[in-house]
Amino acid sequence: MHRTGELYGQFKTLEQQKESASLGMWIFLITEVMFFGGIMLAYTLNRHVYFPAFAAGSNTLSLKLGTINTGVLLASSFTMVMAVWAAQVGRKTLITVFLLLTIGLGFIFLGIKYVEYSQKFEHHLVPGKKFDIFFCVNNPSSCPDVAPDELMEESKLLDEAKAADPDLESHAQLYYSAYFGMTGLHALHMIIGAGLLFWLLKGSLAGKFTPQWNTPVDIVGLYWHFVDIVWIYLFPLLYLIDRHK
Amino acid sequence: MSEQEHQEHHEHIVPPTTYLVIILTLLFLTATTVWAAFVNLGRFNIVVALAIATLKATLVVLFFMHAKYSPKRTKLIILAGIFWLAILLFMTLSDYISRVDYRGVRFPMTQVTQQVPALRA
Repeated sequence: MHRTGELYGQFKTLEQQKESASLGMWIFLITEVMFFGGIMLAYTLNRHVYFPAFAAGSNTLSLKLGTINTGVLLASSFTMVMAVWAAQVGRKTLITVFLLLTIGLGFIFLGIKYVEYSQKFEHHLVPGKKFDIFFCVNNPSSCPDVAPDELMEESKLLDEAKAADPDLESHAQLYYSAYFGMTGLHALHMIIGAGLLFWLLKGSLAGKFTPQWNTPVDIVGLYWHFVDIVWIYLFPLLYLIDRHK
Repeated sequence: MSEQEHQEHHEHIVPPTTYLVIILTLLFLTATTVWAAFVNLGRFNIVVALAIATLKATLVVLFFMHAKYSPKRTKLIILAGIFWLAILLFMTLSDYISRVDYRGVRFPMTQVTQQVPALRA
């Protein structure tokens, strides 16, 4: 970031230089599309084959926390694009404010994700030796965060799923593996994004971003919005299966 | 200096009100997709959910990621990426949908889970 706004030798204009930088970022994002696309495809095939187990697993996720998190992440995309706007019009204080808001919302997202993960550990829903999809139904006192009427419904759903798929436990573990794998990779991208945002914050506090030169803000913005798009697909895929019963 | 003026002239600055309209639309669509998940549409629940997700992703790409205001070259790269993803999804799914396994059972093969040994005893 030391060469603020300097025109490199291989470019004719600053405009061309900036366009090349964002084009390079787009090409990187396309490779990310293929990365997440392949994972989502594998998920879709398993979801199709083991539908009862995947539907049962999806219904144990907290829809409330998932929906709040979707809102939080979309809001962080808004504050990110506002930071880009502030840089374009040269409002230096506003860049810092919007970057701080974006970082804050990013950490709220990760915090809620942490709550969701720890619930899964407490409910014995993590694939492995201790996995027991009937744990909460059989030990209601160990799951104080699940309301009694929700447990009643869950018990009914699980019995139906067990009748449709005798090997429910194995196939439900497949669902939770996909859940932890996909949301985990998404969270990893968020953590990397947060690191990049701190780097931008440092530049912003030093007053480096101007209407003439704000390429890093623009590029990190593209990355942050991409991570948002991944979640836009993960949310219906993981949380919204067969909710209408 | 003339080059910098040139650059400022070409860079499209989107007014914050546009961004505000987009984020409100995105939040509204999120509420819609949660609502739609509770309506029994049978096999079309996932179609509706993914259609809404694609609409949301399109809004993010066009406005938040400025694709609408990007040069044609960038748009071409984006479309090429979507096209490659489409090849991945279309070819693999058409293979699975038309597949008949060695037992003569068609995909999704769920009806044979009782006949084959369980993955875990």
